[in-house]
Amino acid sequence: MLVYLLRRLGFLLVSLVVAMSVIFVLLRLLPGDPANALLSVDATPEQIAAARAQAGSDQPLAQQFLTWAGQVARFDLGESYISTLPVAPEIASRLVVTIPLTLLSFALALVLALLAGITAAVRADRWYGSLLSGFSQLGIAVPVFWVGIILVWVFALGLGVLPSGGFPRADWAEPADALRSLTLPVVTIALVMSASLARYVRTATLDVLGSDYLRTARAGGSGLGEALLRHGLRNGAVPVVAVLGIELSTTLLGAVVVESVFTLPGLGSMLLTAIEQHDFANIQGVLVVSTLFVLLVGFLADVVQRIVDPRLRTSVSGNR
Amino acid sequence: MRSPLALAATVLASALVLAGCSSAGTTADGGDSADATVSIGSLYEPQNLSNTQGGGQGVTEAFNGNVYEGLYKLTDDGEVEPLLADSAETSDDGLTYTIALRDDVTFHSGKQLTSSDVASSIEAVTAEDSQSARKSAFEVISGIETPDDQTVVFTLSEPSISFLYNLSYVWIVNGEAEELTTSEDGTGPYTLGEWKQGSTLTLDRWDDYWGDPAANAEVVFTYFTDATAQNNALLTGEIDVITSVQSPDALAQFEGDDAYTVSEGTSTTKELLAFNDRVAPFDDPLVRKAISSAIDTEKLLSSIWGDYGTLIGSMVPPTDPWYEDLTDVNPYDVDLAREQLAEAGYPDGFTFTLDTPSYDPHPAVAELLQSQLAAVGITVEINTISADEWYTKVFQDRDFEATLQEHVNDRDVVWYGNPDFYWGYDNADVQQWVSEAEQAQTTDEQTELLKKVNEQIAEDAASVWLYLYPQIVVASSGLTGYPVNGLNSQFFAYDIVKS
Repeated sequence: MLVYLLRRLGFLLVSLVVAMSVIFVLLRLLPGDPANALLSVDATPEQIAAARAQAGSDQPLAQQFLTWAGQVARFDLGESYISTLPVAPEIASRLVVTIPLTLLSFALALVLALLAGITAAVRADRWYGSLLSGFSQLGIAVPVFWVGIILVWVFALGLGVLPSGGFPRADWAEPADALRSLTLPVVTIALVMSASLARYVRTATLDVLGSDYLRTARAGGSGLGEALLRHGLRNGAVPVVAVLGIELSTTLLGAVVVESVFTLPGLGSMLLTAIEQHDFANIQGVLVVSTLFVLLVGFLADVVQRIVDPRLRTSVSGNR
Repeated sequence: MRSPLALAATVLASALVLAGCSSAGTTADGGDSADATVSIGSLYEPQNLSNTQGGGQGVTEAFNGNVYEGLYKLTDDGEVEPLLADSAETSDDGLTYTIALRDDVTFHSGKQLTSSDVASSIEAVTAEDSQSARKSAFEVISGIETPDDQTVVFTLSEPSISFLYNLSYVWIVNGEAEELTTSEDGTGPYTLGEWKQGSTLTLDRWDDYWGDPAANAEVVFTYFTDATAQNNALLTGEIDVITSVQSPDALAQFEGDDAYTVSEGTSTTKELLAFNDRVAPFDDPLVRKAISSAIDTEKLLSSIWGDYGTLIGSMVPPTDPWYEDLTDVNPYDVDLAREQLAEAGYPDGFTFTLDTPSYDPHPAVAELLQSQLAAVGITVEINTISADEWYTKVFQDRDFEATLQEHVNDRDVVWYGNPDFYWGYDNADVQQWVSEAEQAQTTDEQTELLKKVNEQIAEDAASVWLYLYPQIVVASSGLTGYPVNGLNSQFFAYDIVKS
């Protein structure tokens, strides 16, 4: 297991370096220049040159990359070209919004998906079983910003019980206020996310329901609920954990869109603004951090899968 | 087993009820209006906090007159008034300005305002690495002297009648201050509280202000990237006022409601169809006139802005002193357009590429132009580009045939006097008039000359001035004292009273 972990971590590091190179090169292929964001419509050639020097876009590409890679290796993400603020603390202040948003959404989505998926499988013959299946189909087709707009319309503009957007200036100093601000965004992401998750849960549950061990357990006198909890959950979990890893990463991406609908000062809105302003330092910083997040989640999902299912562990030992 | 669905519904419902309960405590905002916090919604977040390092229009909106002050101020009505200047004397030849400073002004850091701060502030604008949009306006300064702490003497290389007006754009900054892209040291009625990038910028009333103190205790600029989210925030009371509505679609919901005031002021933002006058067929004024006459600007404006906005026949908005109504110079007349095209040698029209910035309202304007110009045989190929790409392709490389752009500044008709500007309009008379106007002895003389410029560029159809944007401010009806015109994106917050 230790060798596996080390090998897996090495792979993670290599992936990160490859991703960084791709991010860097792709950004430079975009037309335009970061210096433009600093300029007005009557800029002189000297002003343009000065702005390019400030933005660093007058340096050769290789040098720009080496400078940046060196910084990242020292856990320094550089300074924004536009605002001159250091990137890393800015990202940290955005994560205060994005991490709770992602995790809460994911947790709620998981609860909803388990409830809906298991119900849809166990009660496939009832009207609400089919209704839930139908809803999850619909949920997969609906764009996340559209769900956000509907929720704002009902709960913020209609009933007036929740804010339509924004985040408290004091961040989490008043946790209740912060949670209020996150309620609609979290529900938005969770509704959409749970729709696709519920389908996996339903399929996994159906597999378990048709299995021999469950039939045996029930023949031994267990009720359906008890049999599912005792034997079904663990067996059904393996494929679901793999999917969960991917879904958690997707939740982060969903947060990007939702943050702009709800004006949340998170990583997503930082990325959008940075792209608009062509602020390479900020774009690269956000992408590196979110790539790292996705890679770490994948890593954890692999490890958890191995813990849940001993058979996977054996196969690795066999390879050794 | 009990239905999991029912359980989920119960959990969700209780969460919402809980959330609803806690809302009651947070909206109350009682007390004296002088202690009020005014929440301002804006789409223009500063890129940084300096106006000589390309901070963008957002920093002007939040800081100009609020945090930083100039020697002069441009009022909401377009008048130039002394602010930090106590008095000014001009020499008879118009080449020397002696300005006395107010003696009761201190910076937020506590340091007294002196003439050397004024000198260094001007030098920051004219410095080699300055990104200030006003840099070129001060090339005329040949020397700045500070004979004593309260006096600044400017020497000009040639007379400049706009000199005091131009000074109204220069923030007087403590010459010893550093880190001006992320902090400030001005003399205005507010200090910078906190800037949370991507979210809010807070200004706190400054108790040692030399003039009348601000009518409110705190101003919070809340920044939105999405106009709908901004409107929703006003509807739910999270903000008190929107500085500038950029789409009329949402106005209906405010207009019919007593809880809100919708005011239409005058803007200085012009929507332009700018030709590259260097390339065929746009090097022929007749072709440009034909295109002007083929465009129904009235219909265009009402499609984009409904009942708002103003038609202009030249680059000049009504708030500029040299405005005159020139909308009839190139009237909407499709038959006339066809005749002019035939006369110019294009009886069957032609095809051109229109570089269109990707953000509102340009794509919609481009499509309306495309359909209108099709009626006279001109095919428009729309090429949508990002704002950033526009800057490189159109503005710097002049690699375009025609483009759409909004020009926000007042008094900017003078750009037609620069043949090197991106649109390449080249008329020796206009260049001479612009130069003479700047060196005029009286404002009457300046106005007379710039009117001639207006008329000539309209006659030559140098560009098509499609319309002047409306300046629409929507506020909750308890709010008073906010600027309705907001010239050049400034937004003075110190008179705002919240009841």
